[in-house]
Amino acid sequence: MNIKVLYFASLRDAVGRAEESLELPSGISTVADLRAFLADRGDNWSALGTGRNIRAARNQRMAGPSEPVSPGDEIAFFPPVTGG
Amino acid sequence: MSVSVQQADFDVGAEIEALSHGRGDVGAVASFVGLVRDASDGAGISAMTLEHYPGMTERALEEIVAEARVRWQLADVRVIHRYGRLEPGNQIVFVGVAGAHRGEAFEACEFIMDYLKTRAPFWKLEETPQGARWVDARDSDDSAASRWE
Repeated sequence: MNIKVLYFASLRDAVGRAEESLELPSGISTVADLRAFLADRGDNWSALGTGRNIRAARNQRMAGPSEPVSPGDEIAFFPPVTGG
Repeated sequence: MSVSVQQADFDVGAEIEALSHGRGDVGAVASFVGLVRDASDGAGISAMTLEHYPGMTERALEEIVAEARVRWQLADVRVIHRYGRLEPGNQIVFVGVAGAHRGEAFEACEFIMDYLKTRAPFWKLEETPQGARWVDARDSDDSAASRWE
């Protein structure tokens, strides 16, 4: 399935890009699966690794690790928010 | 419209006035204004850049306002949050709440700020003499938000 992934703030700086379109291999069905798949690409992508404090959103709503990922989704990864 | 995410500055007096304009049922307006400070964690701050997630940020703020309106009987609510590059003394955020009495106005204003701090996708990049640095989230913001749960 094809999805769009966005990265914000310090995480965008760490991975070196703001967004990408991805054709996912089979077996990736949740936000946690996607994050592990991205982190496994190595180098800069280790910024998405399990030890890091990263939040996710699916289609512009906060999403936990077990949230399903569906074709056409917009998934965003970012550090904890610091507005206000 | 109750929520705005914008680069432009805002007029606090005009925003407060608009919350009760033309209505007789408002007995209290509580407001909060957040400003850029010139120092943070021991470093001088010459400017900061606020980044947001267009679309999600507006939606998150609207959901926070909706949640406040479920918890308290409110006449009107206004939230403005700026993005882009700001300098010390500049206004960042405005929350204004109008109600019949001060109790709900004070509480709802504080609730909206506490939830905004932990749920609205904004990130601050500070400019210091040592270079730019992303602001880390504070545990105290999480505990402030959790007291409403």
